[in-house]
Amino acid sequence: MGDARYTLAELCITAAAEAWRDAGEVLASGLGLVPRLAASLARVTFAPDLLMTDGEAFLVAEPVPVGPRDGYEPRVEGWLPFRKIFDLLWSGRRHAMTMPTQIDRFGQVNISFIGPDVAKPKVQLLGVRGIPGNTINHPCSFFVPDHNRRVFVERVDMASGVGHDPSRWAPGVRQDFRDLRLVVTNLAVLDFGAPERAMRVRSLHPGVTLEQVQEQTSFPLAAAKDVPTTPEPTAEQLRLIRTVLDPRDLRATVFK
Amino acid sequence: MTIGIGGWGARRKPMALVRELLRSPLRDLTVVSYGGPDVGLLCAAGKIRKLVFGFVSLDVIPLDPHFRAARQAGRVAVTELDEGMIQWGLRAAMLRLPFLPTRAGLASDVERLNGDLRTVTSPYDDRETLLAMPALHLDAALVHVDHADERGNAQILGPDPYFDELFCGAAKRRFVSCERIVPTAELTKLGCVHTLYLDRGMVDGVVEAPFGAHPTSCAPAYGIDVEHLKAYAGAAASAEAWTDYRGRYVDVDDAAYVEAVGGRTRLAKIPQAVF
Repeated sequence: MGDARYTLAELCITAAAEAWRDAGEVLASGLGLVPRLAASLARVTFAPDLLMTDGEAFLVAEPVPVGPRDGYEPRVEGWLPFRKIFDLLWSGRRHAMTMPTQIDRFGQVNISFIGPDVAKPKVQLLGVRGIPGNTINHPCSFFVPDHNRRVFVERVDMASGVGHDPSRWAPGVRQDFRDLRLVVTNLAVLDFGAPERAMRVRSLHPGVTLEQVQEQTSFPLAAAKDVPTTPEPTAEQLRLIRTVLDPRDLRATVFK
Repeated sequence: MTIGIGGWGARRKPMALVRELLRSPLRDLTVVSYGGPDVGLLCAAGKIRKLVFGFVSLDVIPLDPHFRAARQAGRVAVTELDEGMIQWGLRAAMLRLPFLPTRAGLASDVERLNGDLRTVTSPYDDRETLLAMPALHLDAALVHVDHADERGNAQILGPDPYFDELFCGAAKRRFVSCERIVPTAELTKLGCVHTLYLDRGMVDGVVEAPFGAHPTSCAPAYGIDVEHLKAYAGAAASAEAWTDYRGRYVDVDDAAYVEAVGGRTRLAKIPQAVF
């Protein structure tokens, strides 16, 4: 990152916000600090129709700034308890960005456990949560703060989310609601535009080479001949991130 | 015996009832839960044979170390489901249906690792293949609410009722703990009629348990006790640490528990967590 005008976190936030461009009037769920700030940035700039929550049970008319509230009162515009969440996400009106522990070439993600044996995992993680239902019902994107071979694996230990591996799809199962969009990392932006809907490099962050990204990935990545550079944040985007969405600079803790 | 536990993660868990389970001779339980410290405590005490779950989290602490230790030692079997499948299975049980169809779980390892899950083909022209989420029948359901009357009409004042009435609907025997038992006429004075989520036909037993959700939250009355959850998580460090925790906080009656965790005045002041 040669340019001191912005930080890597700010670049990732603006790159990840692109996931919600033209998303329409759907719930934008950013789970984790960078995804949440990215959804918030999209909401206050090019995607004003996005629905957002306060992280609890309410829809809010403007993104809630991250960190301590300091007297800030969320501007409630609706009620969204968990029972309505499943109705909403199974109906497809959502685009979520989450932070997987593992992801593979076909976009399968793992947030459940590490190791070969479900009866005795090497590392127990959170559990699949709603990822199976999310990934088969509505658009999903992902953020990975540390792009390396332990995350970008040949095959995930537990496919919590569905992907494009044709062998996983029984006849008659609808695949047309599955919509895996972007994978934003500290090195690059990736998508599933390669043949067989495999992962490919969409853009490289300034100063990063394709070789570096491949070196940190356990499976072969597709890429165009001339991979573009990830667009840098605009002055207005930086102003909104710094003064409105994250005034306490929590994003400084993302990359240590 | 299969027990369903209401609440969600570190929110409105019937913890006083869960601690009572720990003190009881019950064991080899199958537990269905949107898991928080309820699951961790039951794991630490060796009560769970099988967990039916989508996640276990303390919210303010992402992972529960007691649950992790039990899983990593191979001490707890699991039926791991998408969290939407769980409410779907409870709803099927409540409606006396064998299953409800969904796409959630298909083409993922939820399907591969749960070999007894079946699919159905839509009988209509679309012929779509769907997952048949089987009914999740419960022998007993445990939930914690703000207020209830003596007959079991129950009120939830927090912003999210979670799936407590589905847990009750899916269970043969339904038990509610509450912050306060009030006369029936008080219920609609304490909150609008939409807060009366459980009617007495869905409840078999009511017990007054002030701060009965602690260390989880019971919004708006009190928030998640982060300080106590740290102590609870720390108790997973060794057998001695767990024995010490159990002696202080589990093998005591409710009144002694409230004193041990700081007393009523402290608990009533715990703010709601901000996410």
